[in-house]
Amino acid sequence: MNDGGTVWLPESASTLAPTIDSLFYFVYWASVIIFAGVVIAMLYLIWKYRRESHADRMKLVEESRLIEATWIVLPTILVLVVFVWGFRAYIKVGVAPPDAYEIRVTGKQWLWEFEYPDGTSTTGELHVPVDRPVKLVMSSTDVLHSFFVPAFRVKHDVLPNRYTSVWFEATKEGTYKALCTEYCGASHSQMTANVTVQDQGEFESWLKSAGIPSDASPVERGKILYEQQGCNTCHSLDGSEGTGPTWKGLYGHDAQLADGSTVTADANYIRQSILKPGSQIAKGYQNIMPASYGSLSERELTGLVAFIKKQSEKGRAELKAAGATSDSTAAAAADSISTGDEQQQAPSGPPGAMPSAEASNQ
Amino acid sequence: MPTSTPSTAAPSSTAGARGTDGYTHYLNKDADQPFYQRVWNWMTTVDHKKIGLMYGVSLAIVFLVAGVLAMLMRMELLSPGPELFANDTYNQLFTMHGVLMVFLFLVPSIPAMLGNFVLPMQLGAKDVAFPRLNLASYYIYVAGGLMTVGAILLGGLDTGWTFYTPYSTDAGGNAVLVMTAALFVTGFSSIFTGLNFIVTIHKMRAPGLTWNRLPLFVWGLYATSIVQVLATPVIGITMILLILERTLSIGIFDPALGGDPILFQHFFWFYSHPAVYIMILPGFGIISELMATFSRQRVYGYTAIALSSVAIALLGFLVWGHHMFVSGQSAVSAIIFSLITYLIGIPSGIKVFNWVATMYKGSIWLQTPMLYSLSFLFLFTIGGLTGIMVGVLAVDVHLHDTYFVVGHFHYVMMGGTVMALFGGLHYWWPKMTGKMYNETLGKIAAALVFVGFNITFFSHLILGSQGMPRRYATYLPRFETLHQISTYGSWVLGGGMFLILGYLLHSMVWGEEATANPWAAPTLEWTHTTPMPDPHNFEHTPIVTRGAYDFHKIEELIPGGDGAGDGAVTEVGVPASGDGASGGDGQQRRRETEQSS
Repeated sequence: MNDGGTVWLPESASTLAPTIDSLFYFVYWASVIIFAGVVIAMLYLIWKYRRESHADRMKLVEESRLIEATWIVLPTILVLVVFVWGFRAYIKVGVAPPDAYEIRVTGKQWLWEFEYPDGTSTTGELHVPVDRPVKLVMSSTDVLHSFFVPAFRVKHDVLPNRYTSVWFEATKEGTYKALCTEYCGASHSQMTANVTVQDQGEFESWLKSAGIPSDASPVERGKILYEQQGCNTCHSLDGSEGTGPTWKGLYGHDAQLADGSTVTADANYIRQSILKPGSQIAKGYQNIMPASYGSLSERELTGLVAFIKKQSEKGRAELKAAGATSDSTAAAAADSISTGDEQQQAPSGPPGAMPSAEASNQ
Repeated sequence: MPTSTPSTAAPSSTAGARGTDGYTHYLNKDADQPFYQRVWNWMTTVDHKKIGLMYGVSLAIVFLVAGVLAMLMRMELLSPGPELFANDTYNQLFTMHGVLMVFLFLVPSIPAMLGNFVLPMQLGAKDVAFPRLNLASYYIYVAGGLMTVGAILLGGLDTGWTFYTPYSTDAGGNAVLVMTAALFVTGFSSIFTGLNFIVTIHKMRAPGLTWNRLPLFVWGLYATSIVQVLATPVIGITMILLILERTLSIGIFDPALGGDPILFQHFFWFYSHPAVYIMILPGFGIISELMATFSRQRVYGYTAIALSSVAIALLGFLVWGHHMFVSGQSAVSAIIFSLITYLIGIPSGIKVFNWVATMYKGSIWLQTPMLYSLSFLFLFTIGGLTGIMVGVLAVDVHLHDTYFVVGHFHYVMMGGTVMALFGGLHYWWPKMTGKMYNETLGKIAAALVFVGFNITFFSHLILGSQGMPRRYATYLPRFETLHQISTYGSWVLGGGMFLILGYLLHSMVWGEEATANPWAAPTLEWTHTTPMPDPHNFEHTPIVTRGAYDFHKIEELIPGGDGAGDGAVTEVGVPASGDGASGGDGQQRRRETEQSS
C-alpha cells in the first residue's frame, strides 16, 4: 500500500496524526526508559546477589520512606502530564471544525456506504478533498461497526441507534484504507473501503460522476457495470446458458423459481435478486451468486435494472412508455434515456432542483 | 474432570504410599480401597487440597483446549487470505478461545486451584470456612464447563467473548443462549469461592497471625475475593438480561427493540474490568511469595504491596469506561475514566518497584519458580506500560480494537497471570504431589515460554499500532511478515507449554520424592512434614510469632527440625553462599549481628 510511516506507526496523512503521534512517542520513550530502568536494576541485582556471590548482606534492609515516596510521586506526575496532554488532544479529535464538509456514512454487514451532500452515493469508495476538514456522520443499519482510517488516526464506533462522527483533514493525496474495527460477523475482516484523497478540483469533478462518466445514461451505466461487476461471467445477453439465467428476454416475463412458484420479473424482482440473491432462486440454478452486490448504490442499481430492461422486448417498450409518464419510481426514472427527461436522481423534486449527474448531457 | 482425577493425580500406590517421615501422603490415604470407592472419595471430598487439585485438572483441560484453539488461529493467520478456515470458523475459534481463557480459565485459575490448596495452610487452618460450599463451587464450575461443551455441540458461537449487542441478540442461535447461561452459572462458582475465602481469612487465621503478618498471597486472594463477590453478580444479571432479550424480545440492548447497545457495554465492562483484577491480583500475591523465598529476603514495602492490592480492587470498579473511549459514551465520562485509569496504574507500578527492590541484599536462587517470577516482572512491566499507552485518550482513538490492545492484554494476562500461575504451580508442586519435577526441563521450558511469548506478542504490539484491527480472519498483505513472525513465536511458546505438561505428568509417577521444604520457604504451609497430616493440615494449631517473610527470625518459630529452619536447607541441596556461611546466605551472621547489637 502506501509507503512511509515508521516501525511503530503507519503513514500519517491528516492534521490529527502529528498530534497523536507525538503523544504516542512521548509515552513510548517514557515507557522505554522506565522499562530499561526496571530490567537493568533486575539484572544487576540478580547478578550481584546471586546465591553464590560474596556480596555484603550483613545489614537488614530497612524500608526507606523516601524511596517509596519517590516511586509513588514521580510516576504520578508523569501520568498526570500524559493525562492532560491526552485529554486535550482527545478534545481536538472529538470536535470537528464548524465549516467541515459533511459526508454521511452508513455501515452495514459488511460494507460502507457514503452519501455526499449533493446526493451522490458510493459504496466501499470514499473520496475526500485534500486540506479541507471533512466530518463523517455515521450510523449503522444493523450491528455495531467502527470506522477506522489508520493513516488519519481516527476511529469511532458506528451505532444502529444514533449518529456518531469522526472528522479529519487529509494532508496528502493518495489512497488509504478504511477498516471496520468493531467485530460485526462473518465478513468483518473484509468490511473495508478505499479512501481517496484528491485536490478540490479533481474531487468535484469526481463527485459529478461518482466514478462513472457523468454523461452516461442509466442504460449505459448498466452496461459499464455489467462488465465491471462481472455480471457477464454468469449472465449472458444472447440467451445462451450460463451459471446464472440469461438476461435476454428476462424482464417482464414469468420467472420460474426453485420452490415451484412463479413470479413476474419486474424491476423489484431484479432489484431483490441483485441485493439478496438467495431470497428468490431461479429454477434450475444454484444459490451461488455472491451477496456482495448488496453493496451497489441506488444509482448503480437503477442503471443495471435499466440495462436488463433493455434486453427484452417488453422492457424496451416499457422504457419508451414510462419515459412519457414521468413515473416516480427509481426504475422508471431510469427510462429517461429514451425520452430526454432530465429528472433522474430526485424524481419527486422540481426539475433542476438537484444537479443530477445526467442533467448535463441532453 | 472429577472422574479422571484420581488416576492422573494419585501417584502409584506402591511407590510413595508413605512419605519419608512416616506419614501417608494425603493422595494415597485410600490407596488400598477399590477403584470405584476411590473415585467416589474424590467426588465427595470436602478437603480443600483435593478440591484444589480437581480444579487444577479441569483448568489444565480448559487451558489445553483454549491454547490449541489459539495455535489454530495463528496457523490461519500465516497468510493474508482465508487458507485453513472459512471466516465463520475463524470467528468461532477466537470466540471460544476468549470465552474459555477468560471465564473458565483465568478467572478461576489461581484462586480456585492454588488458592484453595494453599490458603488454609498459609493461615494455619484446617480447611476453608465452608468446605461443602467449596465442593459445590467446583461442581458448579464443572456444570458451566459442560454447558460450554453443549454450546459448542449446538454449532458454536461467533460473538466474541465480549458478546456485544446487537450482534449477540440475533447471531449464533441457541449456542449463544447456552453459552451466556453457562457464564451465569459459572459466576456462582466464583462468588462462592470469594465468599469462602473472605470468611476464611477473617475467621480462621492461626493465633498470632495478624493482618500485617499475613503472607502476601493471602492479601492478594483477599482483594480478589472482594471483587469476585461484588462484581460477579453484575455479569450474571447482564447475561440473564441478554437471554431475556433473545427469548422474550424484551428491548434492553437491541435498538430494534428499543434498547441501547451501549448499556450492554457498560454492564459488561462493569464486571469484566474488575475481572481482570480477579485474574491478576492473586498473581501479584504469588510473585510476592516467590520473590521473597528465592531472594531469601523480606518483601520490600510489604504494607505498600498489601494495601495496593486492596486499592486496586476498589479503584478497579471505577475504570470500566476506558474500554469505551470510542464507543459513543460522553467525552466527560471518557475523561474521568481515563484519569482513574492512571490512578490505578500507580499501585501496580509500586508493586513492580518493590519486587525488584526485594532482591537488594538478597540471596537469589534461580530455580524454575523464580525464573517465572522474573519473567513476570519483565512481561508485566511491558503489559503495564502498554496499558498506560492505551489509557491515553487520544492515542487510544488510534489503538482501540487493534492488535495493540490484543498484545497489551496478553502481556498482562499471560505475561502476568499465567507466568505467576506457572511460578506458583512449580513452587507448590512438591507440596501438592509429593514429587519434584525435573528442574533442568523446568528451566528449559521457562526459557521457551519466555522467548516464544515475546516473539508471539511483541509483534502484536507493532501490528496494532500499524493499524491491524483485531478479530480479522483475513488481513491486508502489508501485515503478513509480522503475522508470520507471531505465528512462528506461537510454535515456540506452544512447544514450551507441552514440555511443561510432559514433565509435570512424568513427575507425578516417576518424580523424585519431595522433601518437606525444598525451597527453604518461610510461610506456614512449608512448616510441617511433606505429606500434610491428613485431613487437617497441622498436628497442632501453629502459633505465629513473626511476619511472613522474617527469614532472620525463622528459628524462633520452629527451632531446628525438619521445618522451614535452615537445617532443611543444606539437607536438600540449596546451594551455600559463596562465603561459606551456614544457612546459605549470611542470615546466620545477620542474626548474630542483631543479637549482639
